[in-house]
Amino acid sequence: MRRVGVVDPISIDSYLSHGGFGALRRARQMGAEAVIREVTEARLLGRGGAAFPTGRKWESVAGAEARPHYLVCNADESEPGTFKDRVLLESDPFALVEGMAIAAFATGCGKGFVYVRTEYPLARKRVENAIAQARDRGLLSIDIEVRRGAGAYICGEETALFNSIEGKRGEPRNKPPFPVQVGLFGKPTLENNVETLVNVLDIVTEGGAAFASTGTKDSTGTRLFCVSGQVLQPGLYEVPMGTTLRELLHGHAGGVRPGRTLQTVLLGGAAGSFVTPAQLDVPLSFEGTRAIGATLGSGAVIVFDDTADMKGILLRIARFFRDESCGQCVPCRVGTVRQEEALHRIQARKTIGTVKDEMALLEEVGQAMKDASICGLGQTAYSAIQSAVTRLRLFDGATAT
Amino acid sequence: MTTFVQLQPKKRMVEMQIDGRKVQATEGTTILDACRQLGEEIPTLCFLDTLHPVNVCRVCVVELEGSRVLVPACARKVAAGMVIKTNSERVRLSRKLVLELLASSVDLSTTPDVADWLVEYEARPERFGPPAPPAKDGVRDAAVPGHHAPPDPRYAATVAQPPKIDNDLYLRDYGKCILCYKCVEACGTDHQNTFAIAVAGRGFDARIATEFAVPLPDSACVYCGNCIAVCPTGALMFKSEYDHRQAGTWDESRQTVTRTVCPYCGVGCNLDLHVQDNEIVKVSSPLDHDVTSGNLCIKGRFGWKYVQNRKPRTD
Repeated sequence: MRRVGVVDPISIDSYLSHGGFGALRRARQMGAEAVIREVTEARLLGRGGAAFPTGRKWESVAGAEARPHYLVCNADESEPGTFKDRVLLESDPFALVEGMAIAAFATGCGKGFVYVRTEYPLARKRVENAIAQARDRGLLSIDIEVRRGAGAYICGEETALFNSIEGKRGEPRNKPPFPVQVGLFGKPTLENNVETLVNVLDIVTEGGAAFASTGTKDSTGTRLFCVSGQVLQPGLYEVPMGTTLRELLHGHAGGVRPGRTLQTVLLGGAAGSFVTPAQLDVPLSFEGTRAIGATLGSGAVIVFDDTADMKGILLRIARFFRDESCGQCVPCRVGTVRQEEALHRIQARKTIGTVKDEMALLEEVGQAMKDASICGLGQTAYSAIQSAVTRLRLFDGATAT
Repeated sequence: MTTFVQLQPKKRMVEMQIDGRKVQATEGTTILDACRQLGEEIPTLCFLDTLHPVNVCRVCVVELEGSRVLVPACARKVAAGMVIKTNSERVRLSRKLVLELLASSVDLSTTPDVADWLVEYEARPERFGPPAPPAKDGVRDAAVPGHHAPPDPRYAATVAQPPKIDNDLYLRDYGKCILCYKCVEACGTDHQNTFAIAVAGRGFDARIATEFAVPLPDSACVYCGNCIAVCPTGALMFKSEYDHRQAGTWDESRQTVTRTVCPYCGVGCNLDLHVQDNEIVKVSSPLDHDVTSGNLCIKGRFGWKYVQNRKPRTD
């Protein structure tokens, strides 16, 4: 994020004067294989939410026989509480373009796409401008096209995004085959998140080993955290991986307002899970959050103090998933409805049987959504609610009538 | 010297394990094929041999060792060393839930086999509450993505709605639709390439629709009826069958099926005439027929009224 607020986001000269496109030049000197080696050595994990090893993905696409290869930047940042890519797109768009140029060079992609959510008009304009200026200067060896989403959360899912670019209905595809083999237009496709691609610049410039010296052993580099909610200084914070949640909240974001106490933090957005004040010392790394059954997800950190109506928040999350399910598979299409209904019945004290019965029902529906849904939307639609039940004990005192 | 020319690449076999039994499966086939090879019954709803698997109903899911989630047997290709459980607790729970979620939201009264599966998986669809009253005609067609009314805690939401009867040949009773996509596939690239229908809307409001939800006669439909042939729930139904059912006179035990060849053109499509009380009540074509794969055109499917116009002889 060091260029954010420093470099003029609409001027390529400003970007160039801050060392811009140096990483691309260096990548071309190193050669494609060496670039991939550095990315692998950096042990960079995807920043979109799934945390897949970037190096492995690049290697797979580079080695795929079918041609052409496509490069897709996923800028459909739709996870509630997430705004990191927006800041990068609006304030450092040339870095993304350079990152894409490096990725395309390393993996032999013939064409690139940036899929920006339609709710980010400024981001789209800035990226389009950055691509045009870079092209005019002859810095791009591939064509990059900007595509706009149409307001569906599901289109941030990597394969639904392909369908959307192809002009089809935004529905996830079944995996395997994986995008690195059969992706956009049926061709090997490298799909990376905005933050992931921007991270590549430092890896190429400083080398993979240097990049990996920041953060923890299994989660290298820094991470952008989108802190929002009932906190004194909400905003986007870049901290080394492994920083504790306590340090992020109290050291950086100022903690909750005076006189209030922290109730819970929703880590990873609607598809993430709630953690308790007792868990604040969790290191914000992939392995650290995994150890407590949570996830970093897209980097959303939503803070709730003691005045927040958590049952209302849960209803909102349930409503969100019901609205955003694409409707393709049964567990998610109907499961998200049954989940919302059960929560409403508890809220309205019109439970079928006891509250405990409703909890058991939610658990079974949640388990089926997690196990049998096609994509991550259905698989995580119960996650936040489950954590509210088990960690926050939200319904322990609830009565049926 | 004789040389041998191999016309087709040799099919390789892969060894895998299903419920503790070893099986040799042909590369490129699916877990479902391998299960069938062993005589294992896997329930399916959205799968049909003549269509590309869309694996959306998720009733065929099985447990694959090493996989975080369950996998659809109908679409997942076999691979060497796979270890699969088709009847584990996890599998049974997901199948039970899929059946409960469907049975609590869709009218499955004309879906074959499903009643047995509900018993087998101990499904209790009623545990989500009594079904909500049917939506008025057109309400579901107008649903806007991303918006829905708050749930009524008294009821479980359903897709119940009046059937769409807008022509004399077939009707669309979407209160019975499980959204298996078969009709869309048959109307689209798998068979007919007419593209008269597609999925519209999102989430629970997702539905099969013509363009802008216009009535069938105003749509691109060519009345081949190939969607009816693949519909697993009776949501798409011959008007003749529907009228019989409404009158309470539909009785499959009194029906015979006569195979014949369509008289209209030279293609030679086989027809199966379903006859009840000496009256043709519907027409299908065998799925395994190498000319039709179960498909027909409007003439073969619906052009049989002349057979029944038996005027008294005047000579």
